[in-house]
Amino acid sequence: MSNQWPLWEIFIRSKQGLDHKHAGSLHAADAEMAIENARDVYTRRMEGVSIWVVESKHIHASNPDEAASFYDPANDKVYRHPTFYDLPDELKHM
Amino acid sequence: MSVQDLEKIFQDKIDADIRIEPKDWMPDAYRKTLVRQMSQHAHSEIVGMLPEANWITRAPTLRRKATLIAKVQDEAGHGLYLYSATETLGTGRDELLEQLHTGKAKYSSIFNYPTLTWADMGAIGWLVDGAAIMNQVPLCRASYGPYARAMVRICKEESFHQRQGFEILLTLSRGSEAQRRMCQDAINRWWWPSVMMFGPNDDASPNSAQSMQWKIKRFSNDELRQKFVDVSAEQVKILGMTLPDPDLVWNEDKQHYDFGAIDWDEFWNVIKGNGPCNKERLEARVKAHEDGAWVREAAMAYAEKVSRNSVKKEIA
Ligand SMILES: [Fe+2]
Ligand SMILES: [Fe+2]
Repeated sequence: MSNQWPLWEIFIRSKQGLDHKHAGSLHAADAEMAIENARDVYTRRMEGVSIWVVESKHIHASNPDEAASFYDPANDKVYRHPTFYDLPDELKHM
Repeated sequence: MSVQDLEKIFQDKIDADIRIEPKDWMPDAYRKTLVRQMSQHAHSEIVGMLPEANWITRAPTLRRKATLIAKVQDEAGHGLYLYSATETLGTGRDELLEQLHTGKAKYSSIFNYPTLTWADMGAIGWLVDGAAIMNQVPLCRASYGPYARAMVRICKEESFHQRQGFEILLTLSRGSEAQRRMCQDAINRWWWPSVMMFGPNDDASPNSAQSMQWKIKRFSNDELRQKFVDVSAEQVKILGMTLPDPDLVWNEDKQHYDFGAIDWDEFWNVIKGNGPCNKERLEARVKAHEDGAWVREAAMAYAEKVSRNSVKKEIA
């Protein structure tokens, strides 16, 4: 049982020009096998043109419990958005 | 923060239709219920390959054979989507498989019935996948993110399963007298087990209320079952066949079909392991797992050797 293949996270680019997007995970002995399995599991209907695989243990994630304080610095900076600025309607092309 | 506070935040999120993700706090009972429901679902997809695989080598045409292989392959994929979603809850694949192989975990009882004729491939696609779709579509909005996302992918793929099944029956229904008989016989055998796929009646389903509150269930068993009966009772007319229920009749007041009593003794009996194929199905799964052990070990040994060699090369 300890001989379980490691877990891999699968990212798929659905179309040239788009980002790779997380699709799910699977077990495989190595990266090459992970890519081949990802093809069979996640792209049976041409859902992908490119696959990235990353061993799950290498993914580090932010802590959802700390989300409030973690994202706090961006919370009070409405001036980062274009709509913050009060300009006359006559002003065109801006 | 106290557990009560956490529980309140959790339920507020669910009430606001905000998805729960793997690292979010969740009550133990929610996690446990999900692991049970999702793994049971995954096991059903995997065991569900067996009755249909039985006919791959005997499909009547190359087109039917290619279709059936593609369908069975999809079911393997569905099992894998769901296993990997279940693993995000902290239960490993080996543990999940162990539960299946020792009989601790259940899978859908429908797969404990035998596939006796080619028409069964049609009836399974139409009725069994049809019932599964009815169950699964609402789960695309389940509160647990990885589960909902897996269900979206599954539902997209299921629709061809049902259509290819109905096409098989339609072809038989327009065939010879013997083919028509075979078609009706398959419908007769698969109808009631399919109706039972929705689980016990609502008054005998004690955990449903909690699952509804957690939004890992959106409609009750009886609501979904009624919908399935209503839809199937119309579809069967296109085949020129009948459903094996003398009490099936349109109820103008309710705007639904009334249908006959379900044989719950049979249902519980099959769940307890006494269906026609329980033993065979489980043995086939365990054998496949054990026979594949050396492949898994060899692949791992090879991967380790390659990575050792590449480290050596880097040092040199
Ligand atoms: Fe499926
Ligand atoms: Fe299916």
